[in-house]
Amino acid sequence: MSNAPRITLPAWIDVGVIPLLNILMALVAAGLVILVIGEDPLQAVQVMIQGAVGYDEGIGYTLYYTTNFIFTGLAVSMAFHAGLFNIGGEGQAYFGGLGIGLVVLALDGFAPGFLIVPLAIAGGALFGAGWAFIPAYLQAYRGSHIVITTIMFNFIAAALMVYLLAGVMREGGNMSPETREFADAAFLPFMHEVFAWFGVTITRTPLNLSLAWALVCCVLVYLFIWRTRWGYELRTVGQSERAAVYAGISPPRIVLMAMCLSGALAGFVGVNELLGVQHRLLLNFSSGYGFTGIAVALMGRNHPIGIVLASLLFGLLYQGGAELAFEMPTITKEMVVALQGLVILFSGALAYMSRPWVERIYLLARGGSVRKGA
Amino acid sequence: MVETAIELRSISKAFGPVQANRNVSLTVTKGSIHGIVGENGAGKSTLMSILYGFYEADSGDILVRGAPVSIRNSNDAIAAGIGMVHQHFMLVDPFTVLENVMLGAESGPLLSESLRAARSELERLEREYGLHVPLDEVVGDLPVGQQQRVEILKALYRGAEILILDEPTGVLTPQETDQLFEILKALKGQGVTIILITHKLREIMAITDQVSIMRGGEMVAHRPTAETNREELAELMVGRKVRLDLDKAPAAPREAVLAVDHLTYTDAKGVPRLKDINFAVHAGEIVGIAGVSGNGQSELLEVLAGILPPGEGTVRLGPVTATADDPGDPEQRRANGIAHVPEDRQRLGLIGKFSAEESAILGYHNDNAYLSGPLIDRAAVRADCEKMMRDFDVRPPDPTLQSSKFSGGNQQKLILAREMEKNPDILLVGQPTRGVDIGAIEFIHRQIVAMRDAGSAVLLVSVELDEVMSLSDRIIVMCGGRIIGEVPAAEADARMLGLMMTGIPREEAKKSAGNAQVPA
Repeated sequence: MSNAPRITLPAWIDVGVIPLLNILMALVAAGLVILVIGEDPLQAVQVMIQGAVGYDEGIGYTLYYTTNFIFTGLAVSMAFHAGLFNIGGEGQAYFGGLGIGLVVLALDGFAPGFLIVPLAIAGGALFGAGWAFIPAYLQAYRGSHIVITTIMFNFIAAALMVYLLAGVMREGGNMSPETREFADAAFLPFMHEVFAWFGVTITRTPLNLSLAWALVCCVLVYLFIWRTRWGYELRTVGQSERAAVYAGISPPRIVLMAMCLSGALAGFVGVNELLGVQHRLLLNFSSGYGFTGIAVALMGRNHPIGIVLASLLFGLLYQGGAELAFEMPTITKEMVVALQGLVILFSGALAYMSRPWVERIYLLARGGSVRKGA
Repeated sequence: MVETAIELRSISKAFGPVQANRNVSLTVTKGSIHGIVGENGAGKSTLMSILYGFYEADSGDILVRGAPVSIRNSNDAIAAGIGMVHQHFMLVDPFTVLENVMLGAESGPLLSESLRAARSELERLEREYGLHVPLDEVVGDLPVGQQQRVEILKALYRGAEILILDEPTGVLTPQETDQLFEILKALKGQGVTIILITHKLREIMAITDQVSIMRGGEMVAHRPTAETNREELAELMVGRKVRLDLDKAPAAPREAVLAVDHLTYTDAKGVPRLKDINFAVHAGEIVGIAGVSGNGQSELLEVLAGILPPGEGTVRLGPVTATADDPGDPEQRRANGIAHVPEDRQRLGLIGKFSAEESAILGYHNDNAYLSGPLIDRAAVRADCEKMMRDFDVRPPDPTLQSSKFSGGNQQKLILAREMEKNPDILLVGQPTRGVDIGAIEFIHRQIVAMRDAGSAVLLVSVELDEVMSLSDRIIVMCGGRIIGEVPAAEADARMLGLMMTGIPREEAKKSAGNAQVPA
């Protein structure tokens, strides 16, 4: 025995208490920063929470951001279960958007919405997967490290999109680097429109039906990873490549499969952003969601339920942060990014920092109660 | 009055809810060789780790030469004159022997001075204890037996008077083991106290003066070695009577179902691992491959199992013929009635993080019996895992428990169950009882023999010579990627096989083994 066996804590501590503790620590650290610049941390927290969940519009925006994080979080976790670190969610989301844009621009002149939307979603998946396929192939058959290649592919995607949007795909006469607006038929309905069909009036926000698609993806990802034989093979490769070979599984094939699925999920960011909100293909619409997806997956322990919860938290931080920067001018946008960074740091990178303390307290509490019982 | 080197009084240590040591007391006489035996998880390693300062005991006292000491880390242990030789050597391969010994004991900022001092001290130690190692050779190039001596020298160089050896013979040939024992006797003669942790009862009987037996975290008995025997020790370790000798009917071999013809294999680094291998295994017999670890047996097993492709030559396994152009794969082997129990149970045989039932379908996960549509049929998987656990007495019989939480023996039983349940025509088994408790070894051996009696061809690879000798009907000895010779089990003895394992042909080995006057 080279090290002492870790204590198994009850699940409610592992997935409940510890993450909450981490967020609390992040908030304390953030509070200190706010204190240093001379603002009231309690008031700042209040503004953030109020801004994110305090009123209809805030909730709508929070859920709209959440939708993006679910897609990118699922994407990262899919690759992670195969033992791969996909840092390229950003580029895959961006390139997936190109697929969506191409499909819609090609079809929206004549095809009906019920045809365009599914084809556009498929196009996003296909392009996202395609952008992940190249690094995956290089990893599987040429041994190029996936972390390096996926990072590089983010830059390539960004450069390629600038070229396309500033040039060939730009609408004639338009000064901004974007395509023409999609036809109405290709729009995903906003939630306020959906609610209106049922006679319920809610505030207009960017929140659209993509949220439902994100939740469907959560269920599908769960079923795929834990219930199908392909998911079984994927997890086997993620745990031990040698065991996978022993079991007759081809690790390179699994690497390709996992990365393509991962890229497809990332590509769905475009469904929310382009079909749902912007209604055109434009520059930088993926604005960092792919990167934040890494933190979301880490925090959500690569499980769909965890990812939904972590996405909610990050949605809340995004929306609350925007509100905060607006309400308290001393707290700039950069400051808000720093606060989000603290949350990522404490709940992602330092996720296990508090565990030894929690273990000790748990053992103490349990030991105490055992004595009392006896 | 005999002097005591070490006295442990009521040592207890718990890891969470697991009580690894409970009120363990032990007295070791100065200048003696003291054996500690026990099954895996009996608490031997924990106890020694406490003595060497890796863990701190929850309660209890440690006395060295009669005086209480507090050992909080390995520096304290070294200061108290305790040295440890780990099962897995803690050596830096590209360093020379001298540099390795000196590592962590350098004095002053300049190396040259320390090196000079170390060299003269080591030369003295080598003379005194007959521990000869070439000081300027690179450690990575030395044979394992010599590497182990470097470890012993390291401990002595740091002034150890009490030496703990953890499973020291696991990687040695019988000859190297003999040499090690000579060294230990010489050390003992110089007044060094030796604590020997092992699971090989034969060695305990051969070299120790005293033996302490642990079971379930407690010390169950102390015996002077002269007053006990293997059967008694095994019974004390397991807590019930154990049959050490396997009783099996003579084999009734039929047609050859596995034939290897001029097989070679060269690894990715260009090192030839298998050279012109030829042999056959018949239905209804067990053929054992003996050899020191790393002489090609692992590669042979993996080529047969379809994990590695043959270089040249052909391998015929039942209906499958594998060549360099058409190597096949493990899935193809399984589909054709060839089962494989891999050598590396933890990394190949199962997935530690998977539940037992998930590990129980590893490799067979595409079987229609386990599928319903695109999904895995969980109920069928569970039912089958429960059956395996019943048939092979896997404890605890809980299919949802994480695979890594089972003991080594129970993991192995689960893997054997998975591979044997399919009634394979050919069973490839690697290290079936490595790290497995005595009680489970008995069971596993009986299952393998039962498989043979049911008509399967069994190829066994094991570094435990005892195991190869008791299970096999024929023994093939490998050395340096070649087959050195073949011996019918009835004519095999450990000395002769040991010599063959170093590359000496059978006839010669037989002659010199006959001359030597050392009991097997």
